[in-house]
Amino acid sequence: MEEYDESGPEVVKRFMYVNRRAPYGTIYALECLEVVLVAAAFDQDISVVFMDDGVYQLKKNQDTTGIGMKNFSKTFGALEDYGVEKIYVEKESLDARGLSAGDLVIPVEVLAAVDLSEIMARQDVVISS
Amino acid sequence: MSPMLHLINKSPFERTALDSCLRLAKPGSSILLIEDGVYAALGKAAHAGKIAGRMEDFSFYVLGPDVAARGLSDAALIEGIAVVDYAGFVDLVAEHHVTQSWL
Amino acid sequence: MAYEYNGATIEADEEGYITDISLWSPALATLIAESENIEMDDDHWEVVNFLRNYYEEYQIAPAVRVLTKAIKKTLGPDKGSSLYLYQLFPHGPAKQACKIAGLPNPTGCI
Repeated sequence: MEEYDESGPEVVKRFMYVNRRAPYGTIYALECLEVVLVAAAFDQDISVVFMDDGVYQLKKNQDTTGIGMKNFSKTFGALEDYGVEKIYVEKESLDARGLSAGDLVIPVEVLAAVDLSEIMARQDVVISS
Repeated sequence: MSPMLHLINKSPFERTALDSCLRLAKPGSSILLIEDGVYAALGKAAHAGKIAGRMEDFSFYVLGPDVAARGLSDAALIEGIAVVDYAGFVDLVAEHHVTQSWL
Repeated sequence: MAYEYNGATIEADEEGYITDISLWSPALATLIAESENIEMDDDHWEVVNFLRNYYEEYQIAPAVRVLTKAIKKTLGPDKGSSLYLYQLFPHGPAKQACKIAGLPNPTGCI
């Protein structure tokens, strides 16, 4: 029987997952999301970053019926249930693509590169895809 | 020499496929954007001028199902780009003697 | 493996999760439940329907701790507890209930 302990492990590390790929052209985006959802079970300090083409993963109104793939943009809404609440989007990447926070499927913290850089520098582990 | 059909399936932010294609394709050719290549067709994105500035040289097309999958609306596309479905994709391939994929 | 149902064969993976979600029906759910030695009552259906709605909204079968938390939020603390859910689904609420709901193996179960 799987029970979970609210107190968590003694050593908590900071893990940052950096998404830099568009959603459907390659498998990286979906794989990274699965890794984050599994990692969420370990009660670590998790943050997820979307930058470069990765910001396209969060674009609203995705409809994949025509390409026969799963619309996993809906799954980002479950991140909160999984306890993943630090979600950062780089402002420069949004600007370059003509997007703003209102175009995205979930509420995120939009950060300028200079501020995101500070948070990135504080991590114990950074995994980029 | 009949015009070629050029296929671009990579994002213009990540790869140079579109730049190289625009540099090397003969005016009069057709360029079809598919998969992550459709991001090049967005009117508001930083590189929109690359395509908008070449509308007289080439016929631009974009694959509709790939546009919809990525949450982009036809209205957000650069004016003058034609949206085709899979049948239209096949027609374009049939109409051109040579198809070049810029992988 | 596979389920024989209404003269049709519904394909499933080696653990019994059906491979084509669109073939699910309440009658098939009852059949899968029987193969898990579970007799479906209103409480079982409540959890199974909750899972199907969760999948519809998020395209994901939630891990057990996530399911427990989400049920707690919508159906209250009595039902959003491991004890209650394990009473209904003794081999694991996420694993057995997801299978009966026609969903894939839960994501993020360890």
